[in-house]
Amino acid sequence: MAKIELKNVRHSYPPPRGEVPVWALEEVNQVWEDGGAYALLGPSGCGKTTLLNIISGLLRPTEGAVLFNDEDMTQVPTIDRHIAQVFQFPVVYDTMTVYQNLAFPLRNRGMKDDEIRPRVSEIAEMLDLADNLERRAAGLTADGKQKISLGRGLVRSDVNVIMFDEPLTVIDPHLKWQLRSKLKQLHQEVGSTMIYVTHDQTEALTFADTVVVMYEGKVVQVGTPVELFEEPKHTFVGHFIGSPGMNLLPCENIDRRAHCLGNALGIAETREAQSELYQVGIRPEFVYFEQTGIPVSINKVDDLGRYKVAEVETEGQVIKVIVDESDPIPTENPRICFDLDHTRLYRDGWMVETEEVAA
Amino acid sequence: MSLELRQVVKRVDGDTHIYETNLNLVQGGFNVLLGTTLSGKTTLLRLMAGLEVPTSGQVWFEGKNVTRIPVQKRSVSMVYQQFINYPNFDVFGNIASPLKVAGVPAAEIKTRVEKIAGMLKLDDLLGRYPSELSGGQQQRIAIARALVKDSKLVLLDEPLANLDYKLREELRDEMPKLFADTGATVVYSTTEPLEALMLGGHTATLYQGRVTQYGITAEGYRFPENLTSARVFSDPPINIAKVRKEGERFYLNSGVSWLVPRPLHHLQNDAYTMAIRPHHLTLKAEKPGAVRIEAKVKISELSGSESVIHIDVDGNDWVSECHGIHPFDSGDQTEIYMQVDRCLYFDQQQRLIQA
Repeated sequence: MAKIELKNVRHSYPPPRGEVPVWALEEVNQVWEDGGAYALLGPSGCGKTTLLNIISGLLRPTEGAVLFNDEDMTQVPTIDRHIAQVFQFPVVYDTMTVYQNLAFPLRNRGMKDDEIRPRVSEIAEMLDLADNLERRAAGLTADGKQKISLGRGLVRSDVNVIMFDEPLTVIDPHLKWQLRSKLKQLHQEVGSTMIYVTHDQTEALTFADTVVVMYEGKVVQVGTPVELFEEPKHTFVGHFIGSPGMNLLPCENIDRRAHCLGNALGIAETREAQSELYQVGIRPEFVYFEQTGIPVSINKVDDLGRYKVAEVETEGQVIKVIVDESDPIPTENPRICFDLDHTRLYRDGWMVETEEVAA
Repeated sequence: MSLELRQVVKRVDGDTHIYETNLNLVQGGFNVLLGTTLSGKTTLLRLMAGLEVPTSGQVWFEGKNVTRIPVQKRSVSMVYQQFINYPNFDVFGNIASPLKVAGVPAAEIKTRVEKIAGMLKLDDLLGRYPSELSGGQQQRIAIARALVKDSKLVLLDEPLANLDYKLREELRDEMPKLFADTGATVVYSTTEPLEALMLGGHTATLYQGRVTQYGITAEGYRFPENLTSARVFSDPPINIAKVRKEGERFYLNSGVSWLVPRPLHHLQNDAYTMAIRPHHLTLKAEKPGAVRIEAKVKISELSGSESVIHIDVDGNDWVSECHGIHPFDSGDQTEIYMQVDRCLYFDQQQRLIQA
C-alpha cells in the first residue's frame, strides 16, 4: 500500500503538425493518502484517463513527478509500480474456472499453490463467488464476470493502489446496486488505496470519501461528497453534481448586495466586488414554492416517482425546483423563494465568500 | 390505432425470445420499453420495425396489417446504442443521407436538414465530420437522421446508454419535446427505471420475454399490476417481504404488525407479499402512522445529500433511502420507520391487490 503524490504534473499530447500543443492536463498537485477511497469524476474528455495513465505509468507526464511513498516513480515502468486495474469491460479468461482466474495474478508472480488457495478463498468469499469457484468463467453473466475482474484486482496483497476505470458502466441498474455496495464493503475490509474513475456522480459520491472533480484538464474541486453538494467551488461542480444540477442565474451587484431576478437577495460578497460577471447558484433542492416569493410561470412538471421536478420561468430564466412526492405544486400565482443558507455566489465561475446582509 | 402487436410470438431455434404479446401503443405518443439486458427489448423493437418477422401473430400499423411488409417499405426510423454515422460525410451529409436516397429535391433537403439541425443544436456543426465531434454530438446526428425522414414510427434502442451521465440527463429532457411536434409514434428502450420516469409518456415493462404491464409511466410506477413489474420498475430495488393477515392486522415474521387499511378489510386471513419503496422507509417517524422496525445495518452509502442504508429486515435484504447524511457502521442496530400507507400488497399469484 502506498501514498501517491502528483507534483506539478502537466501533460500535453503531441499536436498535429503545425499546431501548438495544448495541455490535456493542466498543473495537478494531488496527494492520494494511503488507504483512502477516492473517486475521479468528470465528463469524457476532461483528462481523467490521462491522469489515471500517468499514475499507472502507461503515460509519462510532460512535466512534473509521480511519487509513491515519497519515492520518485516518474520513470519507473508500469509493471514495477505494482498497480491493479479493473476496466469497464470484464477481462476474464473464458476457458479457465473462476478459481483459476482469481489465482492467475498470483501464479504469474510465482506464488506457491498453498499460499494462493487461502488468499483466493478469502476474496471469493467477499465477492460471493465461493460457490462458483469450479465453474468455467464462460458460463457467467456480465456482472458475474465483472466480479471476477474485481476479484483479480483485489487478490494481490502487494499492490500500491487499485484503480477502477468505470467498472459498473456495462452493468444493469439493479445489479449495479449490489456491486456498488460490495465495492464499498471491500474497501472497508481490504483497506487498500482505491481510485475509482467515473462520469457517474452517484457512483462517485457513494463510493468515495474524497472526490476529485475534473473539468477541461483541470482539477476544479477536491472534497467530500457533502462539500461538493453543499459548497460547489466552481459552477461546473454545481452543474455536474446533483440531478438536476444547480440553477445558475445572472446576478448584479448593487451597493454590494447581490441582486437576482430583480430582487436583493440578502447576501453580499465579503470582499469588495471585482468584476461584473457574477452568478447566483442555488440547487433545485433549496428552491421552495412560497406565497411571498418571486412570481413565476410553470413550464412543466416531471413526476419522477419519489419527487417531482418543476421547471419554472421568470424574466426569461429557467429554474428547476424539486418538490417532494407528497407535496403539492401551486397552480395559481406560483411564487418561489431561495434558502439563503444554500445560496452561493460565483465570480467568473468560482465561488466567493459571502455574508448575510439586510436585504 | 397506431402500432399494434397481436398475439406476437418470436422463437429462434426452439428458444422463445418473445412470449405471446398483445400491445397497443398510443398514436403519436412516447412509449418506453423498460427491462434488463436480455429481457427482449431489442427483439421487440426489431419486430415492430419489420427487421424480424414474428413466428406467429400479427403486427398492425395505422389500421393495416404490416406483418409481412419489409422494413424498407415501412415508414420507420431506428436509432441504436452504438451511434452509426458515415465517417466520410460531414454532419449535413449524414443528416441528409436518407432524403438523398429517397430522391428528395436538393432545395427541400437543405430546408429540412437545417430545421432538424436547429432543433438538435447541430446547426453550427454542419460542415464538421463525425470524428471531430463528441459522443453526444454524434448521437445527436443519428437522432437527427431518424427525425429528418419524418417517419411515422421512430424506434430508439438504448440511444443514450453510451453517453456520459450528465449528457444523458440533458438529452432525456429534450427527447420528448423533440418528438412531440412530429406526430410520430416513438418507442424508446432502456434498462433504467429513472430514465423511464424522466421520459414520461407510457411505459411497458418487460421481463424474460414477456410484457408484464403497459400504461401511463408514473401510474405504472405507483401501482404496478404485479410483483414482477414492481421489481422491474424500481431503482433502488423495491423492498419485499412475506406478511400474514390475521384479523385486523398484517404481521411480519418478526411480529411487527400494523392495521390493515380499510379497503383491504375484506381480504381473507392468509399469507401475502408486501412491497415498499426505499424512500418510504425513513430514520425518523416523519409521517403519522409510520411503523417502527428494528433492523441491522449491512452497509450505508452516503451521497452529498442522501443516505442509502442497506438493512436486514426479517431476513430480507432491504434498502432505505433517506434525506440527509446518516453514517452507520456495518452491524449497527437501528430503527427504521415504514410508511405503511405506501405499502403495496400482492396475492399468491403475485397480482396487485387493488385497494
